[in-house]
Amino acid sequence: MPETAFTWSTLAPALPEISLVVAICVVLLVDVFAGEKRAGLTSTLTLVALAVCAALTVEYAHVTERTVLLQGMYVADELAYVLKLAGFMVVAVALLYSRRYLVDHNILRGEYYVLALSALLGIFVLVSANSLLTVYLGVELLALSVYAMVAFDRDSGVAAEAAMKYFVLGAIASGALLYGMSLIYGLAGTLDLSELAVRLGTPTSLGVILGVVFVVVAVAFKLGAVPFHMWLPDVYEGAPTSVTLFIGTVPKLAYFALALRLLAYGLGGVTPEWTQMLAPLAVLTLVVGNVVAIVQSNLKRMLAYSTISNVGFIVLGFVAGTADGFAAALYYTLVYVLAALGAFGVILLASRKGFDADRLEDYKGLHQRDPLLAFAMMLLMFSMAGVPPLVGFWAKLRIFQALWETHHLWLVIIAATMSVVGAYYYLRVIKLMYFDDPAGAPAGAAPGAAGVRFALGLNALAALVLGVLPGPLLNLCARVLH
Amino acid sequence: MHGLLSLLIWLPIAAGVVVLLLGDRNVALARWLALLATLVTLALALPLWTQFDPTTAALQFPESLPWIARFNARYALGVDGISMPLIVLTAFMTVPVVIAAWTVIEKRPAQYFAAFLIMEGLMIGVFAATDALLFYFFWEAMLIPMFLIIGIWGGPRRVYATIKFFLYTFLGSVFMLAALIYMYVKGGDYSIAALQALPLGLNEQRWIFVAFFLAFAVKVPMWPVHTWLPDAHVEAPTGGSVILAAIMLKMGGYGFLRFSLPITPDASAELALPVIALSLIAVVYIGFVALVQQDMKKLIAYSSIAHMGFVTLGAFVIYAIVRNTGHTTGTGMALDGAMVQMISHGLISGALFLCVGVLYDRVHSRQIADYGGVVNTMPVFAAFMVLFALANTGLPGTSGFVGEFLVIIASFRASFWYSFLAAVTLVLGAAYTLWLVKRVVFGAVTSPRVAQLKDLNGREFVVLGALALAVLAVGVWPAPLLRVMQPTMHHLVSQAIATKL
Repeated sequence: MPETAFTWSTLAPALPEISLVVAICVVLLVDVFAGEKRAGLTSTLTLVALAVCAALTVEYAHVTERTVLLQGMYVADELAYVLKLAGFMVVAVALLYSRRYLVDHNILRGEYYVLALSALLGIFVLVSANSLLTVYLGVELLALSVYAMVAFDRDSGVAAEAAMKYFVLGAIASGALLYGMSLIYGLAGTLDLSELAVRLGTPTSLGVILGVVFVVVAVAFKLGAVPFHMWLPDVYEGAPTSVTLFIGTVPKLAYFALALRLLAYGLGGVTPEWTQMLAPLAVLTLVVGNVVAIVQSNLKRMLAYSTISNVGFIVLGFVAGTADGFAAALYYTLVYVLAALGAFGVILLASRKGFDADRLEDYKGLHQRDPLLAFAMMLLMFSMAGVPPLVGFWAKLRIFQALWETHHLWLVIIAATMSVVGAYYYLRVIKLMYFDDPAGAPAGAAPGAAGVRFALGLNALAALVLGVLPGPLLNLCARVLH
Repeated sequence: MHGLLSLLIWLPIAAGVVVLLLGDRNVALARWLALLATLVTLALALPLWTQFDPTTAALQFPESLPWIARFNARYALGVDGISMPLIVLTAFMTVPVVIAAWTVIEKRPAQYFAAFLIMEGLMIGVFAATDALLFYFFWEAMLIPMFLIIGIWGGPRRVYATIKFFLYTFLGSVFMLAALIYMYVKGGDYSIAALQALPLGLNEQRWIFVAFFLAFAVKVPMWPVHTWLPDAHVEAPTGGSVILAAIMLKMGGYGFLRFSLPITPDASAELALPVIALSLIAVVYIGFVALVQQDMKKLIAYSSIAHMGFVTLGAFVIYAIVRNTGHTTGTGMALDGAMVQMISHGLISGALFLCVGVLYDRVHSRQIADYGGVVNTMPVFAAFMVLFALANTGLPGTSGFVGEFLVIIASFRASFWYSFLAAVTLVLGAAYTLWLVKRVVFGAVTSPRVAQLKDLNGREFVVLGALALAVLAVGVWPAPLLRVMQPTMHHLVSQAIATKL
């Protein structure tokens, strides 16, 4: 019987969203009335707001078992809790890294922070979705906020082009998602994901499979899987780097949850169908992502293709189709977000007014100019390549293991071979930083607050520490997706 | 002493981190700290030898801590007769590397020393690990400092060499990882003992053997996946070449002995002939290739490949012996020979690279044509170089003889032709090494640069002298080394020829 009264116990698990909405309103109003006069007020306020919301979440919104609220629209469970806390932390660190870049590019305005918070809200809604409608609501809220962030720099032509591409292609993908959902709703008779999970099962009608196809297409687009990946390199390269940092990290948590809630849970009855669709997608993604990254000369673009290849691994976790596979995909997503956060953070910290450290050759001899940045980048590149003792290795191992347990031998071989191919372009970045002499790049370390550099150092060290002691995070992922 | 192995692994790593953080602000302090750390590690490795019980094949100095419950992988360490001498060799060889680089490295010396210290800890970890996942962890982690050492302090083509080295070994290792995961999924345990006991069908064993073979053959290196080694050796700085030749190549041989033979005995028996063939090709063909080299380091690199051919020959000829004679007499000798060859080659090739380093520091050329008559201006150095060259050819009285002799005699039981082809090395090895010595060391002084050479300074004398003593000690009295290996080799033979079908 759905709960209709709004009491504290029925709303407490939704505290992350509620407090975030309040935070958005407060930040927006404060920015409108006081943001012009005091630079940096909005950014500090946002960070404080994130901290407060996170504290409230930890205090009141922790549920130990799956709780469905708001007439079946909202679900609160361990996974949502972990992803939301991760979201708070990643957004806070991303905004911290971005501050100086925004100042240098004259786009430090309060709306940036409001959009970031509303994107986070969209992520939260998506992570806790238990109905097709809520899924769509979360997806759109995230997407629209991010489109605006990509276009934030009015003076940049590439940013406007990137935003247009993202918007148009994203709208098509959202349309596909909606169409697939409507087909499934029409045939199953319910929007509720838990009821869908019960009603759909083999044998499945062709109509349901058609709906699933559209849903998979939309999920693949959002994740950046081949052949729906064409927007990713252009958007990552064209957007201001702080926005690239944002869209390269936080939404991955959301899209993992999208795939999990929608495909693994809601459409769990037709798992053989959508795993069969995802398998060739994963292979193509791995091959294209790794091979095309080799020929890139722009670091942001190279990292975009690296994102695509890493997404291939996440999709492989879903191809495994078991709870163990999903836990592996979650672990990989978290590890990848950590590495991407640091990698884009290095680009941000290496940039300064008039010099965007976008191209690979801007990193020549970085070791001699700025040893901390170079060391952090080295750790993160090795983590993405999957070399021990960094944590990226355990993420790849986890995926291989999940695949092997479900007898996908060939996928393991392909994934392993592609990760060796991929190692090349990560090594190339390290080679530029350590083995080459600085040529033409500005000498000396980029100006930056010591606190931000310290945070970046911690970020990179986390990849090392989690690599030597991977147990706790592995156990966490296994526990929330038992 | 409990915790000795952990101390041996983490002490150099911690010292390396400290030296790294010290940076280049106080280079002298960094140097002495690095030297102190390597000497302490060597001192700690000595009780490993003296307290080693040579009567049992069981793992000694065991340590086991929970590590990753999710993978059922433990932080498990232990040594037996195979890994203990290799750990002592690692600890022993790092000291000359640090001393040899004392004032030679001008660019960021503190980071150079830190890289070698961290690598020393990781290499000891590879040999000490008794959990397959921990082994793989250290095995791959070791690539990072080596990659940086070759790339930052290497020669003109260092970038090509180091990326080739990394990708080659990474690709091979990835297949080993796939095989390990397969066996884990089947057996539920990553510990090496459990893998060795895991029952496997013949087809499974074949695939696992191939996967392991790819990883270890690249590391040894065996023909035809050896092409990364000459480039890596030539472009690496002296210390890098020494560690690469002395220790890292041995990991391939260690892998064969620790993984391939016990875990896939039937597949090893079935596929022993191709491996023996590849080993003999390495010994003979690569010997001819070494003959035509113009670059001293490249010549010694090819000589390394030829010598490592003896290791793989000794490891796999045991199957040919059993097939030919029907019993196991001589198999222990073959494995002993492989093991001694590993230790001996570590000492000798390390010493040869250090000799080349001494010359390079003075003349800045590795081309044989640039030298001639070095004995006239550097007689003490010439004496050392001739000693190490003769050890390289396998002169009795030096350690090079013991390993080669044991393997050749043991392969005679398998087939006259194996023995004959392996013994060709006695001729070829003498040919390329002595010709090198004749062109570089002996004769009249050929160039003004040679005429201005100054003989060894105290530092270099200590380094080469210590290695000379070690080479002679193992050559004249190899009994202590053979004694500690005995029970482990017996046990390994019984595992290798047992059938899992």
